Amino acid sequence: MLLRHTPTEIKERSALNINPAKTCQPIGAMYAGLGIKGCLPHSHGSQGCCAYHRSTLTRHYKEPVSAATSSFTEGASVFGGQANLLQAIENIFSVYEPEIIAVHTTCLSETIGDDLNQIVDKAVKEGKVPAGKQVIFASTPSYVGSHVTGFSNMVKGMVKCLAVASGKKNGKVNIIPGWVEPADMEEIKRIAGMIGVSFTMFPDTSGVLNGPLTGEYHMFPDAGTPAEDIRAAGDAIGTLALGEWCSADAARTLDAQCKVPCRVLDLPIGLKATDRFIDALRTVAGTSVPDTVNFERGQLIDVISDYHQYFFGKKVALVGDPDQLIALTEFLLTLDMQPVHVVTGTPGKKFEARIRELCAGKGFDVNVRAAGDMFLLHQWIKNEPVDLIMGNTYCKYIARDEDIPHVRFGFPIMDRVGHQYFPVTGYKGGIRLMEKILGVLLDRADRDAPEEKFELVY
Amino acid sequence: MALKHKSIPDVATVKEELLKKYPTKVARKRAKQIVINDVKDGDVVPEVQANVRTTPGIITMRGCTYAGCKGVILGPTRDIVNITHGPIGCGFYSWLTRRNQTKAPLESSENFMPYAFSTDMQDEDIIFGGEKKLIAAIQEAYDTFHPKAIAIFATCPVGLIGDDIHAVARKMKEKLGINIFAFSCEGYKGVSQSAGHHIANNQIFTHVVGEDDTPKLGEYKINMLGEYNIGGDAFELERVLEKCGITLVSTFSGNSTYEHFATAHQADLNAVMCHRSINYVAEMMETKYGIPWIKVNFIGAESSAKSLRKIAQYFGDKKLIDRVEEVIAEEMPAVHAALEDVKPFTEGKTAMLFVGGSRAHHYQDLFTEMGMKTIAAGYEFAHRDDYEGRKVMPTIKVDADSRNIEEIEVAPDSTRFVPRKSDEDLKRLAEEGFTFKDYEGMMPQMESNTLVIDDLNQYEADKLIELLKPDVFCAGIKEKFSVQKMGVPMKQLHSYDYGGPYAGFKGAVNFYTEIKRLVTSKVWSDLKAPWEENPELSATYVWE
Repeated sequence: MLLRHTPTEIKERSALNINPAKTCQPIGAMYAGLGIKGCLPHSHGSQGCCAYHRSTLTRHYKEPVSAATSSFTEGASVFGGQANLLQAIENIFSVYEPEIIAVHTTCLSETIGDDLNQIVDKAVKEGKVPAGKQVIFASTPSYVGSHVTGFSNMVKGMVKCLAVASGKKNGKVNIIPGWVEPADMEEIKRIAGMIGVSFTMFPDTSGVLNGPLTGEYHMFPDAGTPAEDIRAAGDAIGTLALGEWCSADAARTLDAQCKVPCRVLDLPIGLKATDRFIDALRTVAGTSVPDTVNFERGQLIDVISDYHQYFFGKKVALVGDPDQLIALTEFLLTLDMQPVHVVTGTPGKKFEARIRELCAGKGFDVNVRAAGDMFLLHQWIKNEPVDLIMGNTYCKYIARDEDIPHVRFGFPIMDRVGHQYFPVTGYKGGIRLMEKILGVLLDRADRDAPEEKFELVY
Repeated sequence: MALKHKSIPDVATVKEELLKKYPTKVARKRAKQIVINDVKDGDVVPEVQANVRTTPGIITMRGCTYAGCKGVILGPTRDIVNITHGPIGCGFYSWLTRRNQTKAPLESSENFMPYAFSTDMQDEDIIFGGEKKLIAAIQEAYDTFHPKAIAIFATCPVGLIGDDIHAVARKMKEKLGINIFAFSCEGYKGVSQSAGHHIANNQIFTHVVGEDDTPKLGEYKINMLGEYNIGGDAFELERVLEKCGITLVSTFSGNSTYEHFATAHQADLNAVMCHRSINYVAEMMETKYGIPWIKVNFIGAESSAKSLRKIAQYFGDKKLIDRVEEVIAEEMPAVHAALEDVKPFTEGKTAMLFVGGSRAHHYQDLFTEMGMKTIAAGYEFAHRDDYEGRKVMPTIKVDADSRNIEEIEVAPDSTRFVPRKSDEDLKRLAEEGFTFKDYEGMMPQMESNTLVIDDLNQYEADKLIELLKPDVFCAGIKEKFSVQKMGVPMKQLHSYDYGGPYAGFKGAVNFYTEIKRLVTSKVWSDLKAPWEENPELSATYVWE
């Protein structure tokens, strides 16, 4: 038993987090920063944070993740990190030559009260930022929110530092895709293209964190959202923000800053959320939905009906990030599954309300917790067993101990491939999710079937 | 036949090239950390600047003090509840990511390694102080798990807001009656992970070593220091030592337990693997308990044999000396067979190693056994003695960053100090050429006209590969994929790319096979599509 010390009896804990279902803000900010073309994320704090974030993103994507650090030592912690950041900005532009640096804080620089706005301003005034290049920033203390909040704050930082309203609308729609995989960003772009919307998507990590192997290494691949496109986001006719937790703040900031109206939607995971996304796209674009999209939707419906018997009534435990889990819960309910335990580590009571609302009247009681941990999830499972666990790589310990099928979903996934390349968003993503769920459920059925019941055809 | 290595550009030119793009100040500093090796009189080497601050903005391979303390040293111990006091990130990132394996003997034995414990500090804890939350967390951990010991690790903000974790530890130790101790291992201390190793080792030495006098039985009792059981290395060492009849009292800290540390003072010899992370513990154990120490290396089959012989020679017992020879004779045929298989593919090839604080040295032995040459190497967090040998220790300047790390004063223990060897024995061993507490360092072993680079960074790594095109590059996960994008196979030596073990005899065979796989892998020759290999279109298909 890997988690041999986890008791079935649940006691409320007020201070000890065991097996977290979240991590800290800066890693989200680093991921978001990588979605800008020619951007080097920079961690303002001691160098361990940067090393940890780079390692974790690298393990998840199996791709180079370059990011610099202010390398604080005790002196900087006492006297402030201004000198370190100024020196870093100068060195980064001379040695690595990025187009843009996206600086985020850590708990260290936040606690000592470094003011990024002032330091970056000083760097510009002192000529440390070459002409035409930019330094953007976000405040991401690790003791507030989670990695999702950090992602959201850096996307908001992009808007705050870059977006400008010239007074003339450019006819484009901004799409803020939220914390999804590079493959999902690609898929969202594909769908928007099919609908015929003229759009700017930011951030965009497709091609950055699922790039090719060619024999050449480019620290800044020819991918990501160009800074000038984010600047022009201030002239867009509207913004579709996907995900209340990871995208809404940026969209609302853009509205306040540049008068670009916004709509906040769920991440387009599953049938209904994808429907709403496409419906919103066709409304903003003033187009009708092409048959190709209807065809893909029909395929998804077809698979649901073909395999409904295997989904129906199955109990599922979920752990992950709020926006992802809200959309996933809705999809599982569409399949007539029962997401009975739902945990996110990211704080926010709205999450619990939303999950309860989705599950209301579906014939089962849902255990839901925001700011929970995976130890609690495991205890819930011990008290009420499930047929399936969906969550990140760390779920495999629970899955093995309790002998429950596990579908990897969310962040980080360190021990499987696919999440970088195959989307879970859109109708095609829905089919992929079902394929993964069916794969583990039917493998289990085959493994456990008595010989006389071991059948070739389902 | 002399080994033929492919010709490489002049190292002086390479060095110049590495420095060219830097701003003057950075170039001046890096010039002292990028050294052309030049070995004179067998062991005199140039001075290298090491253990100094990383320049802000430079993409370093280094981590932090917390990572060195909690992740590296305490990470591999299975029965201590390790609570990270801080925001959630540090605890999360040090959760099951170092591949320290452990084998709890029974279903009922304690094993907390798959758990991550954190106080998950929130902004109100930063404003009002986190001690109350830490006390509550320790109580909750105790109520839920009833461990024999709890360790507390400070993260950056804890030091800044001034939480007294040591006072909390003392208070809770008294209240709960189990051993509770704390580590002031805030990430900003020191210049690399190395400071964290030091802080961890000092506290383990102070709070745990010598706590248990229950006699440990065994004829030839040793401790293995500086072995962390990545990918099962310690399991292989345990197998080999047991086969020789040597009793392993403790390993610091791979596959270890609290009791192993607490009884470590009963061993008769300390064998030091990773010199960087733990040489001072060996020193302190000698002063306090009278246990002599020697440097060993179990990476490489020949090195393993040599280290076993050294241990046997120390004990000087014919029974052990004979047994060790028997074991070596039993283990070596498989090693030779493996070498015969891989050498046609590896001989003459080149490697670069940039890892840790001893691995970049130790793994050169394996490459040498395969007929490969290390053309550039360096450490992430070493000090000068790791490069140049212990003889330079008195000349190392202690700067402000190192002074922040506590040096503990040790005196002989009034009851437990026992000299393990008589003066005559020591004299005889010295006459036989036996050396205690010595480490000659990486550079004397490397050939002249190779590059030794401390704290390599992303820019220099890219340039090195471009200019010297090694056949294999060894580093960590952060470096892996940029190297591979350039078409060079990269071997992780911190996590072994989820392979291993590579220590001892079986480990050597694993490593040879792995390197053969890397240097013969077809994928590197498939990088270009046919139309890229031959872009000029000279004819078109005629379909009809």
